[in-house]
Formats: sequence, C-alpha cells, structure tokens
Amino acid sequence: MITHIDLSSVLRRTVCELYSNLVTRPTGAAVRGEIELQLTELRDRTLTVIDFTNVGLLDFSCADEVVAKLLLRYGADDAPGEAYFLFRGLSESHLDAIESVLERHALALVLQRADGTAELHGTVTAQEREIWSTLYDRGRVSLADLPAALGRLDGDAEAAVDGLRHRRLVMRFDDAYVAVGATP
Amino acid sequence: MTTVINVPPSLDEASFEQVLDQLAPLPGDEKILVDARHTRWASPYGLTALLALAQTRADRPGFTVPEAEDTSSYWARTDFFKYADDLFEIHGSVPKSRTIGESSVLLEITPVSGSGDVHDVVERIQQKAQAILANELNIDNKVTMGFAMTLSEVCQNIVEHAGRGGWVAVQTYRWQKRLGRRVVVIAVCDAGLGFRQSLESAPGWRRSDRWDDAMALEEAVIRGVSRFRDPGRGQGLAGVRKFLGRWDGKLSVRSGTARIAITPTWDEDVPLTERLASFPGAQVQITIPERIVSR
Repeated sequence: MITHIDLSSVLRRTVCELYSNLVTRPTGAAVRGEIELQLTELRDRTLTVIDFTNVGLLDFSCADEVVAKLLLRYGADDAPGEAYFLFRGLSESHLDAIESVLERHALALVLQRADGTAELHGTVTAQEREIWSTLYDRGRVSLADLPAALGRLDGDAEAAVDGLRHRRLVMRFDDAYVAVGATP
Repeated sequence: MTTVINVPPSLDEASFEQVLDQLAPLPGDEKILVDARHTRWASPYGLTALLALAQTRADRPGFTVPEAEDTSSYWARTDFFKYADDLFEIHGSVPKSRTIGESSVLLEITPVSGSGDVHDVVERIQQKAQAILANELNIDNKVTMGFAMTLSEVCQNIVEHAGRGGWVAVQTYRWQKRLGRRVVVIAVCDAGLGFRQSLESAPGWRRSDRWDDAMALEEAVIRGVSRFRDPGRGQGLAGVRKFLGRWDGKLSVRSGTARIAITPTWDEDVPLTERLASFPGAQVQITIPERIVSR
C-alpha cells in the first residue's frame, strides 16, 4: 500500500496554520507524532511518500525529530509495523540538514528526484549502494534470480539484501525483492 | 546608593566586557544606573546584552538614553526601548520607533522564550535576508536558508537550555576597522543557566578535575555535547559551525566566565578566553562577511 504525506499540511494541521517552516524540536516531534499516528492506522506493509515540496526551511533539530527518529523507530527490531519511506520534494537546504542527521545516526534513506528517479542518501557502504542500485535498475528481482543478479552465492546474496531490507531500503514481496523507489 | 555603570562610546562584543567588569564587584541587589549618555554606536550584541544584563538585577536598574539623537533614534528603530522600558527605569528622551527607512536592521530585537518565538523569527527573517544577503553581501541566494537555519538553531539554544527568555537581533553594517567589508551579525543573548549549569543537569553527570565554564563551552560548542542523553542532540551548534565554515563566518559564545571563538582567517580573535567577569547565561555572536566578487 502506498500512502502520501504532505509535510506542509501536517505542519499546519498539527502545529500552526500559519507556519511553513519545519523548525524546532517540539514542532518536529509533533509532526512525527502525526505521521506515526497515520501509520498505525495502516496495518499492512506500507510505502509512505514523505513530501517536503511545500516546506520552507528545515533546521537540524527538526530534521532529527522528523526524519532520523522516524527511520530509527521503523528500522528497529521492535518497529511498530513494516513501513518503508520514500522522500520527495527535498531542496538543497533540506538535504543539508537531513544529510547531517543521517550521518549522525548512520542512517540512510531513498530520495525521489523531480524526474521520478530515486537515489540513496546517507550512510551506506559501497556494497550496499551497489546492491541497491542493481535492484533499483531491475525493478523486481525474484529470490531465484538474486544470486545471478548480484553476482553472489545464494546465502551471501540473500543476507546482503536482507540487510538492506532491515534498513528499510529494500522491500520483500513473497518471493521477490524491490528497491524502495523502484518501479516493480 | 546607586552605582553608575558607564557604557562605552562604542558598544560591541568586546567593549561589553567593560560593562561587565564594572558590574562584577557589585552584589546582585545593588541599585545600578546604566549610563549610555555618551554611547554613539552599539552592535546587536551590545543591545541584546544590555537587556540581558537588566534581567540579572534584583532591583530594576536605571538607564540613561544616549544623548546623540541619531544614536537614540537608531536604538529605537531596533526596538531596544520597546523592551528596555519594561526592564529599566528610563531617564532621558526616547524617540519614537520608526518602522520604515532602516534597511540595515534585518531583525529588530525580538524576545525568544518558546518554540513559537523561533518560528516567528524564522518567518520574519527570510524575505528580508534574501534581499540583503544577495544584494548587499554578494552571498548566494541559496545561503538564505542556511542563514535562517543558523538563526533558528541559536535561538533554540535559549528555548532548550536557558531556562528563561532571551533576545535575538540581526543587523548588517560595514566593519571598517577589522575587515573593510560589510557583515551580517546575529546576536543572541540570555541571562539564563549558561552552558556549564545546563550540562551539569545531564542525567548521571559527574564533575571532572578541570570542570569550569571554559570546559563546558568546549564540550558544547566543539564536541556537540548536550545535557540530553538523546544521541541526536547537539547537532544544532555543529550545523551552525559547518555553515559558518562554508561561508567564512565567525562564531563566538560567552558563558559564565569564559568565551570561545571559532575564528576564520580574516579575524585574529583568541580561541578561548578564561577568567572573564562572571555573567549568567549565554551570549552568542555570529558574523558573516560580505563576499568579494572578482570581476
């Protein structure tokens, strides 16, 4: 299931109708709380598009509260659900703040560019990036095709992709894997 | 008895120490008169620090207005008297604040005590900052966001750590003596807990052998340590330093009896100053210079 969350609307609804900037920790915590509330209402596996398009400024504190804490919570072993995130509408200054918090927590996310293509941001190894790119390019890779696609032995390939799934950068559908942001 | 505290003719971050040196030997409940009659110029730091000073006094201090009309008019335009009126007993003629005609005041003196104040400051600064940074300081438009982000983070320092309200002001001016260029200056001053006391309130905090205001500043400003256990904390000042590094800016933070400065090549400030006159809270100044455009 794919859901879309317009952060600007969430900000205006939960904090103040007049605000257009995501600044301060209390604001970030309130916005994240609303996102989490929406996610708990969706019980199945979800891919949520977090849309920054109409957000003016994003400061470091708010980036930490909204982005880092969301990724940390849903990437944890006791995550409340199987949620994946695709970030859209990020400006250069949004990315500045987000890259800093991703680095601080050793996190990564998938960003959708304006042309619809996606790219990885944050802390990823060269191997993780290579695997994610391969899966992204192929759209959907079945378990049976995984070793050949990645050029690895059976167990190695599955373990490597599973690591990315745990980081919420790759989704698993029954017998196949799909990179977050890819078109299956 | 009332003790007169003389404000220097030019009041900035450095000369404000003269004010604090006069104040240091006095008990907190002694009546003082802050005499600014002969002051001709004040930076945003000087003006916001004067307001913070008033907050530290048990007995409402007196304040004599600058005699020079252009000086007092300018202070009125920064909204200094709007807030000083509540904190001081004002002596002398206060000009009416004008809302137009002063382009160098990017953000009038603004009280900051809660998250909503930070939102208001950021909303107000953006449009004006974009025009001034790009047109007057030759700084890329993209920097406006980084500038507003910096302002947001330093203001949040008050909200998160001071325990009482503080003040912010932003202004541009020509820094002839040191730089020969225009600069934009952010000043954020409070008279709250200060860095040392804030860090001491961290859960499980233990005093080390060399624990003082200087070390607290090093921990917070250089190493990004916060009183909160949350590993995401402490990123604000780190982000501010990163932004200033990119734009050749300067950051200085005074707290308690110490002052730390992250100094670019154009400045010769000392990195750490200790044994200053004690003053509560934190006083932050950020300076971003005009970029020289090669033609």
